[in-house]
Amino acid sequence: MLEFVDTAAEAVSRITDGATVLIGGFGNAGQPMELIDALMDSGATGLTVVNNNAGQADAGLALLIKERRVAKIICSFPRQSDSWHFDEAYRAGEIELELVPQGNLAERMRAAGAGIGGFFSPTGYGTQLAEGKEVREIDGKHYVLESPIRGDFALIKAYAADPYGNLVYRKTARNFGPVMATAAAHTIVQVDEVLDEPLNPEHVVTPGIYVDTVVGIPTGSGVKEREEREALAAGRSKPCMATKTAAELAAQK
Amino acid sequence: MSEQTTEAADVQAFRSTDTPLTQDELARVIAEDIAPGSFVNLGIGQPTTVSNYLSPEKKVTLHTENGMLGFGPEATGDQVDEDLINAGKIPVTELPGASYFHHADSFAMMRGGHLDVCVLGAYQVSATGDLANWSTGKPGAIPAVGGAMDLAIGAKDTYVMMDLFTKKGDRKLMAECTFPLTGVGCVSRIYSDRAVLLLDPSGVVTVRELHGLTFEELQERHPDVRFEKAGA
Repeated sequence: MLEFVDTAAEAVSRITDGATVLIGGFGNAGQPMELIDALMDSGATGLTVVNNNAGQADAGLALLIKERRVAKIICSFPRQSDSWHFDEAYRAGEIELELVPQGNLAERMRAAGAGIGGFFSPTGYGTQLAEGKEVREIDGKHYVLESPIRGDFALIKAYAADPYGNLVYRKTARNFGPVMATAAAHTIVQVDEVLDEPLNPEHVVTPGIYVDTVVGIPTGSGVKEREEREALAAGRSKPCMATKTAAELAAQK
Repeated sequence: MSEQTTEAADVQAFRSTDTPLTQDELARVIAEDIAPGSFVNLGIGQPTTVSNYLSPEKKVTLHTENGMLGFGPEATGDQVDEDLINAGKIPVTELPGASYFHHADSFAMMRGGHLDVCVLGAYQVSATGDLANWSTGKPGAIPAVGGAMDLAIGAKDTYVMMDLFTKKGDRKLMAECTFPLTGVGCVSRIYSDRAVLLLDPSGVVTVRELHGLTFEELQERHPDVRFEKAGA
């Protein structure tokens, strides 16, 4: 049952120790920073986290790793210039790493969300990352058997949600969001705008069927466009999209 | 469209100059070989500079694996938007006709053979087109692969842009790669400061261009690789 909650803390309150949590974002774009912070505050530990990276600098996922809340991470690119908390945990043998090529990572979650039991991918064939996996030749080309990755929870950031839980994203902040939303048993979304009106059905990117919990948290994404749109809408009888301003949402928070 | 260029380029007769290409000259050579209307992914780092030489009239569309077709030059000042970045996490701009899509679609687009050309850097490439560009296999190093393995095998044509030798003078074109592989038999061309080389599964390397290196020197530095001059 779709729910709209007021705080990030409420949104993540169901996440328990040992859960597998899919966390969206590529770099800072689409990273649900406030939900990750709330997960940190919730104290949940022994987590398996799926993300493209393994945390940057001293924020978000990096802090979860620093506090040793993450037992295992499944990602494509853990090593970055500012991934010092992951590096330390990894070298100390205090975090398990499953390294997955980025496209296989996305497709494994897509498979989970689509009810596919596994798939043959050409990516990684003949490399270390395919060692021990079943290989098959199909029409003269080699493929490696990959398995689905399911989440107990997904934490993602979208741009706006309508009252039916339908989501739209903003630019490259879309990245893993739509796929993770399908692959988790319970999908938790933070949005910059909670809309009072339904989205145009033709524009919906993630249909509400995949969405369980929504929390409105203005983060500054698309503020300029929103103000322009609101100025335009002020001259119309009915606004085309959002009716709540960022300031109203902040007050509500 | 890329097939057309491949044919046109393949029949180009061997040519040589006395000095190695600069990085900018090399970027220009690659840009000239990309057919009008192509969909192209340029890897992080040096390959990105190829975009400086793709004229708008060519109508080449750039793909970034974090979910966008049709991005423009790096964003500056007011244009910077943290929701609009490329795979190198650099803020970029949106060109008319751009589109956004999620990660699974983005890699499906690549894996499904819809991209014409991908240009990547490399540690080593084998004569049969094996690519090593994600790990030097150094013990104790933290592994990270990103989209490298998907990119290597995804596009219709994978070009490598690199120096032919390392700074220490070691060769990077091998009979067989000694570093961990990114992909098998996936590279069709090497664009380097000293040579433009066309690869094929036979392992016989066709030399299209040499710059500041003679054919004999090339052969001498790679005694276990068989070379043939283009158009010979």
